[in-house]
Amino acid sequence: MMSINERQDELIEEFSMFDDWMEKYEYIIDMGKDVIGLTEELKSDDYLVRGCQSRVWLIPAQENGILQFQADSDAIITKGIVGMVVRVLNNSSADEILKSDLYFVDKIGLKEHLSPTRSNGLVSMIKKIKTYALAYSAKAI
Amino acid sequence: MNIEQIRKEFPILQQEVNGKPLVYFDNAASTQKPKVVIDRVADYYSNEHSNIHRGVHSLSAAATEEYELARKAVQAHFNAKFDHEIVFNKGTTDGINLVANGFAKSFLKEGDEVIVSELEHHSNIVPWQMACEQTGAKLKVIPITDSGEWIMKEFHNLLSDRTKIIAVNHVSNALGTMNPITDVIEAAHSKGIPVLLDGAQAVPHMAVDVQALDCDFYVMSGHKLFGPTGVGVLYGKEEWLNKLPPYQGGGDMIKTVSFEKTTYNELPFKFEAGTPNIAGVIGLKTAIDYVNEIGLGAISDYEQELLEYGTEKLSQIEGLKIYGTAKNKASVISFLLDGIHPYDAGTILDKLGIAVRTGHHCTQPVMTRFGIPGTVRASFAFYNTKEEIDALYEGLLRVKKMFS
Repeated sequence: MMSINERQDELIEEFSMFDDWMEKYEYIIDMGKDVIGLTEELKSDDYLVRGCQSRVWLIPAQENGILQFQADSDAIITKGIVGMVVRVLNNSSADEILKSDLYFVDKIGLKEHLSPTRSNGLVSMIKKIKTYALAYSAKAI
Repeated sequence: MNIEQIRKEFPILQQEVNGKPLVYFDNAASTQKPKVVIDRVADYYSNEHSNIHRGVHSLSAAATEEYELARKAVQAHFNAKFDHEIVFNKGTTDGINLVANGFAKSFLKEGDEVIVSELEHHSNIVPWQMACEQTGAKLKVIPITDSGEWIMKEFHNLLSDRTKIIAVNHVSNALGTMNPITDVIEAAHSKGIPVLLDGAQAVPHMAVDVQALDCDFYVMSGHKLFGPTGVGVLYGKEEWLNKLPPYQGGGDMIKTVSFEKTTYNELPFKFEAGTPNIAGVIGLKTAIDYVNEIGLGAISDYEQELLEYGTEKLSQIEGLKIYGTAKNKASVISFLLDGIHPYDAGTILDKLGIAVRTGHHCTQPVMTRFGIPGTVRASFAFYNTKEEIDALYEGLLRVKKMFS
């Protein structure tokens, strides 16, 4: 099983193939389209992560100490980005998630999406994932 | 109007964003500043700054004079009867809060009603909701048509003896609708009801004469009129400003202070507690002078030309739907493209150097009315060009291709 950082490095590697922003965004859009979205009933306010412009839904699950998240968004670029976050963090323990540093967003040139002023829900989503991880790790103790 | 020359007067328009020449189409959110305004503010801080209305020393006297000259300039610009009807503040939101607070304190009681419209910016909804919560008054809403215009029949039905104030926008920020405010004011006054106009989106596009309008309050923001941020104007008829209680307590708004009793200063100082945004006010005067030099008539004509060109051009894109199709509109085009989320469209346009606003534009009720998460909004100022609209058109074709 790959570690969080190995999965981040893999993504950075994938993005290194692209020369310009256009190709990067096309790749993100493709990933966004590929994310298996949530069914309409799961897109409820219970799972809504409040961003300003695009809405993000996040559903946590845990099995044998390993966390799995499902995410969706109404904006494709956001969906692609949250899809990457989920891909990086899934299959990890709560502890690993809590300790993780998501440097890939910056490394692949999407730092602007991490700025709180972008209000795309990404920052709130990462916070939410860590909150879930904290809750799961507290339960484990 | 020499647009090429005018563009040179705005330093920010010379820059590139993401390697492309900046196309600034977010003027309804905030306008850019001509160099004269930037220089005026810098010059004030470099050579003239001191606190106003207080010192006997020369700098203070000079700064006070400049500040009060600005008040006179604003008075003249909006054709207010008296200069003490001009209150400087932080901006439109601040002005509305002042009036809403005063009404909650002095005029609203349980069973009373306040009328706003479905087109309002949140800043002309929330302060009134708060006033209603405090007093037990009710908020009534003028609904809009599919084209984004008030349903005037409904407005007339809402008017009653319970109505204590009507607070509506002159021009809609989300859709650009120019609202039939004279009809509203006339109907309101026939029943003795005061009217507050949110002029934030009107003042950059047209000459506003508060006496001709006969509105009771008019609020605006300096930064939307090519002036500095953090400064705005509340116009109120003398009679109303005298009736309203002070909003904030502090220095400059008092006549005498003792622990037993404080008496308040006269207008407009009663509403200008604390050291104001002196540089902002002085910069606003320069902005007003600048705009008047070009002429709001010429500005309005040119912007209407841009609006017409932009509407025609964007309508050529298959799957693009414009929200807000009123007959009378300011130079604002709000639209959605083929089910593409506004955030997605805005992100790609930004990469192309095109600055548009995306989202709900602080008018969630309008978006709810149309059942959409938000729109992409391109809003034009007099320094924009048809070539820039062409760039937006090309950009949108690219967006469409990327998300199809």
